[in-house]
Amino acid sequence: MTAIIALSLFGISNLFWGFWFPRKVLQILTLLFIAIGIGLTAMDWNHELLWFGNMFRTTNTSINFSLIIQLAAFLVVALSRGFGADDEHTHPAEYYAILLFSVVGAILMVSFDHMIMLFVGLEILSVAMYVLTGSDKRNLKSNEAALKYFLMGAFATGILLFGITLVYGATRSFYISNLANIIAATAPESMPSFLYIGVLLMLIGLLFKVSAAPFHFWTPDVYDGAPTIFTMFMSTVVKTAGFAALYHILSGVFGGIYSTWVLTIYFISMLTLIIGNVTAAYQQSVKRMLAYSSISHAGYMLMTVSAMQSSSTSTVLYYSLSYTLATIAAFAVLILVSEYQTGRKEKPEDYSSFEGLALNNPGLAFCFTISLLSLAGIPLTAGFWGKFFIFSDSFNRNIIYPVILAILMSAVGIYYYFKGIIAMYFKNGDIEKIEVPILFKIALWFCTISTLVLGVYPNIVKSLF
Amino acid sequence: MNLLFILFFPLLIGAYLLIAKPKHAFIISLSATILEAIATGFLLYKINETMLPITFIQDWIPEVGIQFSLKADGISGILIGLCALLLPFIVGSTSNTEKANHAQYQGLMLMMQSAMMGAFLAKDAFLFYFFFEASLLPIYFLASKFGGENKSAITFKFLIYTIFGSLFLFIGLIFVYLRTPGTTHSADIETLYLTARNLSAESQGYLFMAFFVAFAIKMPIFPFHTWQPDTYTTSPSQGTMLLSGIMLKMGTYGVIRLIIPMFPLGIGIWGNTAMVLSIIGVIYGSIIAIQQKDAKRLLAYSSFAHVGLISAGMLTQSFDGIQGALYQMLSHGINVIGLFFVIEIIERRTKSRELAQLGGITQSSYALTVCFIILSLGSVALPLTNGFIGEFILLKSIFDYSLILGVVAGITIILGAVYTLRLIQKTMFGNVSRITTEFSTLTLEEKMVLIPLSIFVLLGGIFPNAILHFSEESVMQITQLLK
Repeated sequence: MTAIIALSLFGISNLFWGFWFPRKVLQILTLLFIAIGIGLTAMDWNHELLWFGNMFRTTNTSINFSLIIQLAAFLVVALSRGFGADDEHTHPAEYYAILLFSVVGAILMVSFDHMIMLFVGLEILSVAMYVLTGSDKRNLKSNEAALKYFLMGAFATGILLFGITLVYGATRSFYISNLANIIAATAPESMPSFLYIGVLLMLIGLLFKVSAAPFHFWTPDVYDGAPTIFTMFMSTVVKTAGFAALYHILSGVFGGIYSTWVLTIYFISMLTLIIGNVTAAYQQSVKRMLAYSSISHAGYMLMTVSAMQSSSTSTVLYYSLSYTLATIAAFAVLILVSEYQTGRKEKPEDYSSFEGLALNNPGLAFCFTISLLSLAGIPLTAGFWGKFFIFSDSFNRNIIYPVILAILMSAVGIYYYFKGIIAMYFKNGDIEKIEVPILFKIALWFCTISTLVLGVYPNIVKSLF
Repeated sequence: MNLLFILFFPLLIGAYLLIAKPKHAFIISLSATILEAIATGFLLYKINETMLPITFIQDWIPEVGIQFSLKADGISGILIGLCALLLPFIVGSTSNTEKANHAQYQGLMLMMQSAMMGAFLAKDAFLFYFFFEASLLPIYFLASKFGGENKSAITFKFLIYTIFGSLFLFIGLIFVYLRTPGTTHSADIETLYLTARNLSAESQGYLFMAFFVAFAIKMPIFPFHTWQPDTYTTSPSQGTMLLSGIMLKMGTYGVIRLIIPMFPLGIGIWGNTAMVLSIIGVIYGSIIAIQQKDAKRLLAYSSFAHVGLISAGMLTQSFDGIQGALYQMLSHGINVIGLFFVIEIIERRTKSRELAQLGGITQSSYALTVCFIILSLGSVALPLTNGFIGEFILLKSIFDYSLILGVVAGITIILGAVYTLRLIQKTMFGNVSRITTEFSTLTLEEKMVLIPLSIFVLLGGIFPNAILHFSEESVMQITQLLK
């Protein structure tokens, strides 16, 4: 809990450090701040406590999610290099401050025990993300993306709030634990019908944030338009926090009325899988492909949410972690390659930019390969076990058809992930040796090696949860 | 300990070759495979002496009951023996080419060996799946990096096709695994046997389909074979040898190890269909092989035909069928590698594989002709060659199962002779063509590969009993499960 106070203060202080220090120093400072945040979060381990008028609860699960979020933020900051091409118009201090604020929002989203806390957390995270999406001010695409994200996001939060109100109206409580008791104690028939409308509206609000179909239309444009470093942040932190919140709400509050919402989630997960994977297969741009792949991974995660087994919490955690590591590594390589190709190629983020990367940059090619293999769920990588846990949770609940669909879609996934591998290894290109800063290198290899270690020995993490 | 050595030694050397890229890759790789073969030989000797399986069990992911457990019994023994025996020859066949000291090339082959050994040794079903999938990556990189014409599209098709198939195996395994007793479940293959056999006939039927599709794509069985001729033709020779000599045996091994003991009722429902498909593959593959113009493609189809017979034999679920299948896997591996190497030798010297352009090689290289004929006769299943023993037992089991299927499958002997003899005639005999006039004789390195392989063909045909006896006990255990 102290972590959120500390991170907020650090964020404010960051705004002032920006007067005196250049970006590099700020980067180190921010890394230090997040490291302190991680330490403070870890100190709460095994202390299940309520804070802030019982609105905020630290449990081991919430701590695990907070740690994943802060780890992702740490890696993103470590991988950040100049923001945009033109340094005069960028404000690194503000970006780092906003990043810290959004981490606070994300932590609130994973540890709330009160509906308002969820809303506040979601807003802090979202507003920070709207700003970061538009941070490349001179870029038309970035502006468009920010406006689009803001308009659609505002609607989604509105709908979420509407849902919370209706649920409150039906149960007269905002507290998660109370709500669960009330819903469990009352027979489903005697519940007012607007409770179910409220549940549905809340689901829509949260599903928007995790970019599940059919609420995904903002995702590709926003991911594409935002500066890649913030796309990396968005696709990992926002998604993890969104799923943690969704899972917390569904299992902690609406577990009693499982049968009313499960079909919705079931179909949304199938739709998300189809749309995410099939559309990703048509993309020419790696950045857009990763955007659609993030949609498709939302589909896999929704499967385990709809299975709602005792092991599902750890599955969501494991999957979030493996997805986060792989996505960060993939985007990191994309940043380097697209920066190198800017000016050389018309579209620096296309698959064709990666052609021949393996020849002079075997390390980068290897990292990108491992991250793509992990996203595709091939053995030896963390993604494989993620899929394994998801499928076995779903089978435990006798969910057969979505699993078969997920299998078909995994095969489609292999197609577009391997396109990147083919471009790097088997096509000819003239990419020279790309210089990689030391911090960047450490973060990138950390992701790659953890993906491999988790792939061979998933227990290291699985036993923690 | 020995099991771990066999499993990880090629991996380590392979990783070393890939990362350090040493200059003398060929020597390192060859000595590693020979050492591996010796270690495996010792292991097999020990199993043969005691007639007891050797196991290694270690917890891997205890929360979900997955173990890192290995077991070498009579059935795995034959396959690891095959894998360890063939690799030195495959590596040796690169000698004096630009690939010999190409560290990546050699490294990928060793990685591949490690993954295949893992699949053959795994006692835990998920460990099996792990290696089953992992073996795809090195062969994919090998084929699409060093392959021939249009390699990118063809190997990509191969990759997606096979992964797609194995995903069905994956969910099938999870389905059975979740029904094993205990809170953490267990993925031990023997526990899965007991669980799967108690499932209803309907679920066994579906599971049989899920498993069989995965293995049928790997082998391949008609109609899942469309990736195979292109991939075999376009891969570099060593890639083709690995694919046809060893990797397809992962499919047949999977059927023996998993499908037959797990789903007797499932085979009851779908076994006939699967057998008919296999036998269609035998005939279909042979007929297409007869019409091929490209020697490598001809061998690809012949391999498709042979594996169909192996599959049909296994699916009879009889003692003879499984024994014959095991024996034939061994002989097919040896023969096909030798034959692909002969084609490689011809291609190196003449830059062509077109049957119409070749001919008369016997006049310049007598040794090559002799080896080629011995290997081909093994493939045709002439008595006194290893192919005869395997095919004979297989056909006997199919005849016992159904007379009609047996008669149809028996045609393979005739058709096989037609395309193989045509291959010999068009390449070795006849008039010397423009490109074969200056055909140089075999080098020492080439002889070192071809002659031992030819000797194995004859030894296998004359003394089959040692090997049949070796696997007898384990096959008996599986057939006893069926009673």
